[in-house]
Amino acid sequence: MSRETLTPASDAEAAEIVRAASGRGALDIVGAGTRAPIGRPPEGARRLSTAELSGIVFHEPAEMALRARAGTPLAEVQASLQAHGQMLPFEPMDPRCLLGTAGEPTVGGLVATALSGPRRISAGAVRDSLIGLSLVNGRGEILSTGGRVMKNVTGLDLVKINCGAHGTLGLILEATFKLLPIPRSEATIVMRRLDDATAIAALARALGSPFGVSGAATIHAGMGRDFPRTVLRVEGFEESVDYRVERLLALLAEFGAKHALRGEDSKKMWRAIRDVQFLAEPRERAIWRVGLKPSAGVDFLARLGGAARDSFFDWGGGLVWLSTDPTDAAAHAVREAVAALGGHATLIRAPEEMRARLDVFEPLSPILARLTRGVKASLDSQGLFNAGRMYASDDSADSLQIGGMASRV
Amino acid sequence: MSQIAFPALDQTILARRDALHAGLAAFLAPECLITDEVGRRAYETDALTAYRRAPLAVVLPRTTEEVARTLKFCRDQGVNVVPRGAGTSLSGGAVPQEDAIVIGLSKMNRILEVNLVDRYARVEAGVTNLAISDKVGPDSFFYAPDPSSQLACTIGGNIAMNSGGAHCLKYGVTINNLLGVRLVTFDGEIVDIGGPALDPGGLDFLGLICGSEGQLGIVTEAWVRILRLAEGARPVLFGFDSAEEAGQCVAAIVGAGIVPVAMEYMDKLAIEITENFAHAGYPLDVEAMLIVEVEGSEQEMAAELAKITDIAKAHGVRTIRASMSAMESAQIWKGRKSAFGATGRIADYICMDGTVPTSRLPEALRRTGEICAKYGLRVANVFHAGDGNMHPLILYNVNDEKEQEKAEAAGAEILLMSVELGGCLTGEHGVGIEKRDLMTSQFTPAELTQQKRVRAVFDPDGRLNPAKVFPLEGRAA
Repeated sequence: MSRETLTPASDAEAAEIVRAASGRGALDIVGAGTRAPIGRPPEGARRLSTAELSGIVFHEPAEMALRARAGTPLAEVQASLQAHGQMLPFEPMDPRCLLGTAGEPTVGGLVATALSGPRRISAGAVRDSLIGLSLVNGRGEILSTGGRVMKNVTGLDLVKINCGAHGTLGLILEATFKLLPIPRSEATIVMRRLDDATAIAALARALGSPFGVSGAATIHAGMGRDFPRTVLRVEGFEESVDYRVERLLALLAEFGAKHALRGEDSKKMWRAIRDVQFLAEPRERAIWRVGLKPSAGVDFLARLGGAARDSFFDWGGGLVWLSTDPTDAAAHAVREAVAALGGHATLIRAPEEMRARLDVFEPLSPILARLTRGVKASLDSQGLFNAGRMYASDDSADSLQIGGMASRV
Repeated sequence: MSQIAFPALDQTILARRDALHAGLAAFLAPECLITDEVGRRAYETDALTAYRRAPLAVVLPRTTEEVARTLKFCRDQGVNVVPRGAGTSLSGGAVPQEDAIVIGLSKMNRILEVNLVDRYARVEAGVTNLAISDKVGPDSFFYAPDPSSQLACTIGGNIAMNSGGAHCLKYGVTINNLLGVRLVTFDGEIVDIGGPALDPGGLDFLGLICGSEGQLGIVTEAWVRILRLAEGARPVLFGFDSAEEAGQCVAAIVGAGIVPVAMEYMDKLAIEITENFAHAGYPLDVEAMLIVEVEGSEQEMAAELAKITDIAKAHGVRTIRASMSAMESAQIWKGRKSAFGATGRIADYICMDGTVPTSRLPEALRRTGEICAKYGLRVANVFHAGDGNMHPLILYNVNDEKEQEKAEAAGAEILLMSVELGGCLTGEHGVGIEKRDLMTSQFTPAELTQQKRVRAVFDPDGRLNPAKVFPLEGRAA
């Protein structure tokens, strides 16, 4: 069934659509759709597209800041950044390979899903680089929060709560990012044939060193080679990279660290890790993104037993990318293991009927569930934006009633 | 007298003072409750010392559960609550009123867990900022955010204000180094948000709570990231003949894609005041000075310094002095970090905290000087130049009412200029009571109302740290 798609040509028009939407059912916000399969299936009566809300508002290289409209293709942003030797610090994941989607990822989708890449461990998450937003709230008001400077604690910050909210709190119109210079050089140290426990110990030793590691992952046999590989990245100007590689090789000699990938070989490795290319096939498997304290990773996989079909570790072991069969039993095993160890799991890829039925995001404690509904209602009292995208609608007695409608996040 | 207004006191609360004291005493140990006048006076202000209002009572809980019981009691009794760390807020974030109860976290000062393998520490909110680095220092780790008050200020206060520091140019501010908090809601419920794992799924409540100035709940514990110290660090002093040149040099360094660990600015008056106090070897014959710190191995530091020196030379640098020893480095930073204290020895001051885009720094410095000259006041500039976070210290005499009014007026003008230049009212000190009434210059009524709606989810009656952050509504006393 095809649904009507509204495509505002200006911020004012977008706000007008939201004001007029009151009482006409929810709106599903759509960008290029490259991340559309993340989250619970859309429930809205109509779609609201950011396609015509596109373009870079400013890129000030000397301030290391860029502001772009929500529908701006990420490729356009990257091109402008590259021309000035700058980058988004958090190494945004390109979701197309894993999710099997097409099109050009947009700034709005990047902010809404907040999937940080391997450099998260040294340069921070999406939200750490996101310094300003403008958005339309459920009243159809255009609001600014944050700004264009990094140091800003003025008023209650609504930037971060909207980052990773999957569009459930408002329609993002523009986003401002803090930038970093592109490192002049990079190298990746490779250690072979370590079991998971040894690999994570090696990564922890490197991350606890003063040598500025910006990527720390371990991938299993069958992921490009028929043996496991544990990889560490350093970035910077050439002499510094050479120096730190040498020091790290010495520090990790007992783990068999002997050589380093350079240039395009190094880049290719981190693209594959960033985009979770190793788990893209087979397509029918469910994909989980699991956050743990790094030293808990091995125990986590052990608890899953056979439910874990394939997996690898990023963020020094603190991020597990995992594939399972798309079954309730496997999902239950993941939730139990995470609950026992402390952490969180998000079902990033699964058949639509599974995402409709099971928790996609880490289940919330009663207090957090209440605060989540409250914050949703405070920004979108009528539940206009991306209804049910993050959590199933709640018909229980304590569901927050505002404006006569239950608010769904 | 003072320009900042306070809301009218709730007389019904004042009338029940003895009953409220008895109610608190019913569940708190005597050493956790202060009700006598002399004891309460110790909590009448913070580092915004021009404003003093003694609270109804002071509660010093020892556990999260005691915080929860106290909050629930206050909510049930309809009493305002002012959370307090070490009371170092420069914006009046911990200034109470006679009808409010202060909850001070100073007794909750234990470091509960240090995990070097997973690189985090779990600490109680009353732990001082520096205590964490002191604890993990012997293992060559540190906690990165380093406000100048780090010897005294607490992690709880840092989280409330999302505090920064000199080294956040590279390492980020509090939120960038915070993994989780244990929060007590006004209802007295205890909830953990985040923890040792990075980036919990769901809405980013950690990002909402950090910097919310104690208005969403009271943080009693935190998980913070600890990082390995660099192999070496070296501050270098660059002296300039004009503020303009120094400001342009900062913009040029940032524009060249160089991110030093810290880049601090001091003008002539600030140099004189601090050199007198700390004997750090600052150049006294220059109009402006930058402290630029680089990190890494000898070779890495030398290479980065060479690039920075080239840029400084292109901007007319007059003197360059690199620290030659750990002791010299410590002296250089001691001078910078004692700048506020040293200034306080020669005059009363108020410190503004606006941020401007780095490309606008030269203009912002020039206009700051003009504004203060117009009011006939002296100003010392000492601030985090790398991220455009200015700290003009406006000198005045607190016993001269007219001069205090002038100082506050000059401060307000400087902050409005920061907003006009594309920046903001406060970069790291928070809004508190100090900048509350300027909020309408940065936010529209709809934006402020939206922020208040989010706050109301946690505290519908606005009793947690009331009369802060948002402009006062209704009648002021």
